[in-house]
Amino acid sequence: MSDVLEIRDLRLRFRGYSGVSEVLHGISLNIRPGERLALVGESGSGKSVTARIVLGLLQELHSAEVEGGLFFEGRDLNRLGRRQWQALRGTSISMIFQDPTSSLNPVFTIGAQFAEVLRRRHPGLPRETADERAGELLRSVSINDRDRVLASYPFQLSGGMNQRVTIAMALANRPSLLIADEPGTALDVTVQAQTLKLMHDLVKESGTAVLFISHNLGVVREFADRVCVIFRGRIVEQGPTRAVFENPGHPYTRALMAAVPRITGASLPPTADSEEAFLEPMVVHDGGLE
Amino acid sequence: MTPLLSLRRASKTFGKGRRAVQAVRDVSFDVLPGECLAVVGESGSGKTTLANMILGVFGPSSGELAFEGSRLPEKRTLAHRSAIQLVQQNPLSSLNPKRSVGASIRLGLDVFGIGDRSDRWRLVEDALEEVGLPREFRRRLPAALSGGQCQRVAIARALACQSRLVILDEPTSALDVLVQSRVLRLLDDLRRMKGLSYVFITHDLSVVRNIADRTAVFRAGKLLECAPTRTIFEAPQQDYTRRLIAAVPVIGDDELELRERLAGGLPA
Repeated sequence: MSDVLEIRDLRLRFRGYSGVSEVLHGISLNIRPGERLALVGESGSGKSVTARIVLGLLQELHSAEVEGGLFFEGRDLNRLGRRQWQALRGTSISMIFQDPTSSLNPVFTIGAQFAEVLRRRHPGLPRETADERAGELLRSVSINDRDRVLASYPFQLSGGMNQRVTIAMALANRPSLLIADEPGTALDVTVQAQTLKLMHDLVKESGTAVLFISHNLGVVREFADRVCVIFRGRIVEQGPTRAVFENPGHPYTRALMAAVPRITGASLPPTADSEEAFLEPMVVHDGGLE
Repeated sequence: MTPLLSLRRASKTFGKGRRAVQAVRDVSFDVLPGECLAVVGESGSGKTTLANMILGVFGPSSGELAFEGSRLPEKRTLAHRSAIQLVQQNPLSSLNPKRSVGASIRLGLDVFGIGDRSDRWRLVEDALEEVGLPREFRRRLPAALSGGQCQRVAIARALACQSRLVILDEPTSALDVLVQSRVLRLLDDLRRMKGLSYVFITHDLSVVRNIADRTAVFRAGKLLECAPTRTIFEAPQQDYTRRLIAAVPVIGDDELELRERLAGGLPA
């Protein structure tokens, strides 16, 4: 079966007053249908810009130079016009952002925003039908008081509730690819655990492929099938989640894992001495690359 | 041993009548000299209100706070203010962007009259060195520093005031994991070296497990349980504490086992 998303040798440069800065140095990855792939790294490593390139958002910036192959369900995304790309967003490719409350529009009710999302796939959908469908979707994320939630503004709901709403919205048009950029990072730990479990079950059920972006190794271990570790715009290690976590091969991955405080630990983790080794070539585990 | 800080039945209510919100309810605990006490809880549990009360931003609505055995007045003396310091979550926004980091650190020395005027820049540079930053960093603006370096400056600023109790309000939540581990180690070393006490406010239980001597679990303004950290993690008394620990994302198999064992005892 062909990949849902394939990225080949993706490079990104930003032009600024102080010259050109290279952000991505040729990253390649692929996501199979229904697969959950995590891109894990620290801030500034290039995780979020990769997501924005897949959505075609960075290409619109004058200061950004994007090069490399981007294929979605076999279609060359680089050949799409602006309108065709726009038609993909929110229908075949959807996205969940980190902070649910600020990613929803504060001046429209949840119901109005749901209708807008559903009309991307079905233009002219009557509001009653949209509300019906929204109700079903909300039930799938364990929100049962449909009428109250649809009539509410985002600021009237809790962060966890808003995150569940954005998950329901992102899956409303049955996308084949969902991009989740640090979902749950802004939530409390118990709410985060519930939300991730819910998202995990939903994408499994609907067969949606996920590009999961996170800096939290624990969350990645619980959510993803496969992991790509990214450091300063280069993928340094990739493979099935279990293999990477049980047998991390790259010095950077090992340093990351060693630095995570453990709930069974009794002392602080050791600190990495040198970052030189982090630039060693990529480590690929069996099953990591097609 | 006389506790450094003690709270006795401290409560804080905001607003009046039907709209009153009780942010902290009837809380009592002690912080011993040289101890790191972790305060954990989710948003809305009263962690930050508690910190503000200890710092003297506002007094308790009822109950009492004492420092080294004597009651803390609502209007704090300079000595109290310099002895109890704060390190905030976001290092970039807690430093004045228009002031060099040296000037930010020096401000505390000037206000509290620490050291001779002519000697204060040297004290500032010593403080920077103590947190592992080069002395010449005192001329830099916060924008020229990384997040981890800014947090070190914030720690230097708190320690330069000869503080004995430092309130750390989510000090590493905004940092990457590699930077976090360095800052945590620095905090731990400084505490041992200088005999400081910490009130370490956080929602990250895995950090707590590795740095705190005792842990206090808060929920909706109430102190649910307070015990040695090891006891909290291995034999928590409250279902809420179990639920909190069971929700922590983990990477090790032994951690998964602990989580499952704790989750096993929970009512559905």
